[in-house]
Amino acid sequence: MEKIPILKMGDFLLVTVQIDLYDRLALNLEADLVNMINKHQAKGVLIDISAVNIVDSFMGRILSNIAQMSKILDALTVVVGMQPAVAITLIELGLPMTGVRTALNVEKGMELLKRNLILYREEEETTSTDEDDSAE
Amino acid sequence: MAAKITVHQALNKNVKKLLEDWLTQQMQDEGLREDLISNEELRSESDEFLKTFLTAIKDDYLEDTNSSNFDKLNEMLAGISINRARHGFSPRETGYYIFSLKQSIFKTLEKEITDLKKLYTEIMRVNKLIDSLATVTFETFIRGREEVIIRQTNEISDISTPVIQVWDNILALPIIGTLDSSRTQIVMESLLMKIVETESTIAILDISGVPAVDSLVAQHLIKTVSATRLMGAECIISGIRPEIAQTIVHLGIDLSGINTKASLSHALRFAFQTLRLEVRKKTDKTAS
Repeated sequence: MEKIPILKMGDFLLVTVQIDLYDRLALNLEADLVNMINKHQAKGVLIDISAVNIVDSFMGRILSNIAQMSKILDALTVVVGMQPAVAITLIELGLPMTGVRTALNVEKGMELLKRNLILYREEEETTSTDEDDSAE
Repeated sequence: MAAKITVHQALNKNVKKLLEDWLTQQMQDEGLREDLISNEELRSESDEFLKTFLTAIKDDYLEDTNSSNFDKLNEMLAGISINRARHGFSPRETGYYIFSLKQSIFKTLEKEITDLKKLYTEIMRVNKLIDSLATVTFETFIRGREEVIIRQTNEISDISTPVIQVWDNILALPIIGTLDSSRTQIVMESLLMKIVETESTIAILDISGVPAVDSLVAQHLIKTVSATRLMGAECIISGIRPEIAQTIVHLGIDLSGINTKASLSHALRFAFQTLRLEVRKKTDKTAS
């Protein structure tokens, strides 16, 4: 059976969807991705859908779901490279996908994730120093 | 013997005179637009038309203009009518072209056919034929006009939705005129295409040229902004006039999720900020 590969890149996971997502494939991707996030303690997920030309409401929901699930697991999801036609279709279907972060291409998506990670680390540091202060 | 002459024979015999008469008739009409068509053109056009007309009625069959005999004639007439529509002739001028032929033919028939009863029947037949030809003229004339209108509409919508790259990674889209569904579609498509093409991260939608915003237009704007966001770019709406701001609030439309700026320059400033760019006045070296 076909499977969409999930690549680990440092703190992030990279998913490139090269074929049109059909329902079963999308569901498998959702499950695999959540497991991978948990396994690698990933801080970000980048989904490249630049090769996807056809989209339906189900796929829109799957993407939203993935974003929400990874949020719970403390990872940020960025969807990159959406085709104009796909974007218009999703809007016309009434799925503005407000919970999903987006970027124009993989490069910009990676930048976004990295920036987010730096912010995350800074926050972690300040909270840890706060704890140290209180300990003293 | 003279009484048995057919319409075709009668006309064919006097074809030269008929043409002259027809041309004089056309030129006498004060509606003739000499600026749109020259006399020579009119002459050759009429000459050719008359020849085709005579070929079409060769079998003395005038009743049905849908028959194959008239195919060529109808085609030619349609060509002339469409041509005239495109060149801006009025319907009256176009109609007169064919109606003036009727007059000339009647005159010729009057001379050739002496039997009054026969003359009457033939004139009625010719009358009916020319009337149906005139219908063809009007139909094609109006179709030609409609084509012109459709072309102009398309041109207007193309012209009025330019996507301008104002800076690296910044696009501006000034919208002028009312936003309806079909235009929103064009605006959205061209904007998204341009975003992909230029890899822009910020798009400024300037609506200072939109006369009125109702809930439908606002809906279209929100759609466009959401689509841009899905592509991974940010969208700023600028140029909302006070009265439009009032209507938006009165209509209860929620624009809180959308970045709005007062003018295009403010939007541009905001875009520079987001992209960490800075515009500064050059310090004068001679002064220091």
